[in-house]
Amino acid sequence: MKKFTMQDSGRGAISYQDNKRYLWLASVIYPMVALSGIGMYWTTGSEWSFLVPLLFIYGVSTLFDGLFGVDTSNPPEELVGQLEEDTYYRWLTYITIPIHYAVLLILATFVGTQAVSIPAVVALAITGGIYSGLGLVTAHELGHKKSTLERNLAKIVQAVPAYGHFCLEHNRGHHRDVATPEDPASSRMGESIYRFVLREIPGAFRRAWKIEQNRLERRGESRWSWRNEILQSYALTAVLQVGLLVAFGWIMIPFLAVHNFWAWWQLTSANYIEHYGLLRKKEASGRYERCQPHHSWNANHVFSNLLLFHLERHSDHHAHPVRRYQCLRDFPDVPSLPTGYFAMFVAAYIPPLWYSIMDHRLMALPHIGGDLDNVNVAPHRRAVLEARYPKTPSILAEAA
Amino acid sequence: MYDRYQCPDCGYTYSEEVGDAHEGYIPGTRFEDLPEEFTCPDCAVRYKEDFQKQCA
Ligand SMILES: [Zn+2]
Repeated sequence: MKKFTMQDSGRGAISYQDNKRYLWLASVIYPMVALSGIGMYWTTGSEWSFLVPLLFIYGVSTLFDGLFGVDTSNPPEELVGQLEEDTYYRWLTYITIPIHYAVLLILATFVGTQAVSIPAVVALAITGGIYSGLGLVTAHELGHKKSTLERNLAKIVQAVPAYGHFCLEHNRGHHRDVATPEDPASSRMGESIYRFVLREIPGAFRRAWKIEQNRLERRGESRWSWRNEILQSYALTAVLQVGLLVAFGWIMIPFLAVHNFWAWWQLTSANYIEHYGLLRKKEASGRYERCQPHHSWNANHVFSNLLLFHLERHSDHHAHPVRRYQCLRDFPDVPSLPTGYFAMFVAAYIPPLWYSIMDHRLMALPHIGGDLDNVNVAPHRRAVLEARYPKTPSILAEAA
Repeated sequence: MYDRYQCPDCGYTYSEEVGDAHEGYIPGTRFEDLPEEFTCPDCAVRYKEDFQKQCA
């Protein structure tokens, strides 16, 4: 296995071997699990087979997160530069792109040509949506980089889940505004995911469009110009999805509608759990403080991280958004989710369960110290939460 | 005399001489003339006032 080494003037010889180097192939292969249901169906003939990819994502990944536990290994800071430059890692993200396209095309072809029941079509559309939602993880890894190649590849892959405004919105909007009440992609304490999604999807769309419109205005171009990076990605989506409609007929309308919505819902789920209730302080200048490691929820479970290009090491990602996945580090005292993202998504879908898992964790964070003033609270729940978490004498003493 | 300003997080450098065509800042645009809400075009987590002037 490749060994990174250097001579440091202070620390002497430093070396690092990435034990996860080949395990990162899991992030490449993972989208193909979406097809396992079709494979099983051809072997068994039972439509129950279509539930296999759903069981994998929620059941198996959660089980393995419990089994394999967390991973606290970090590359030494001095060698991060070398690790970043190793092009092996970025090739893995490149080859994931055609896989996302292939998965959607195969699922659509199956639905378009095989006589299966309506519930089976729904299961396949939801499966397609979940795994195309992973295309946004690939787009996320690529879109944060500085090279034109990687940014263009991000536009190509985010066309699969029909979310062409993702990278602009995420990089220039969400990262700027994260963990503030102004961010439609940061959830508030007491806000259920069903309320959040109504704020998140339209809010993200408007913010992305405004950012791109301002850029094009500065360039003296129309927002309808072909240089509009949102429209470029939408155009690709249109080619792909209209093509499927022409090829396979009306069945593609409900199939793609469910697929697209479910892919967006994956992003909503991730946004919901990544910054729940966390709040950056406003400084005297009117700016918010810089995003700190304690402004993101992390899951450091090795298995689900290997499926998600280290997305769950979220604090380091927000501290250094341009940093590549293989270099993201774990911090010891950051807000931590009890398990990986997929099980936490399911918890989020059952709001009372989510609140019972998360609210006390949130209030117990050292920088919050039980004080709701340090929390991003949903306005409609403020009175109820203030009654539940009254200011203790020690909080009042500190404020005085 | 043009100056260069660097993002302290990701290293993006704004050169007044070159501007930034993609972002719509024409060559010769002074750093001080960039909009107040300017954030780093690459990482977006550093504001205008965080940028450091580079020694020529
Ligand atoms: Zn930067």
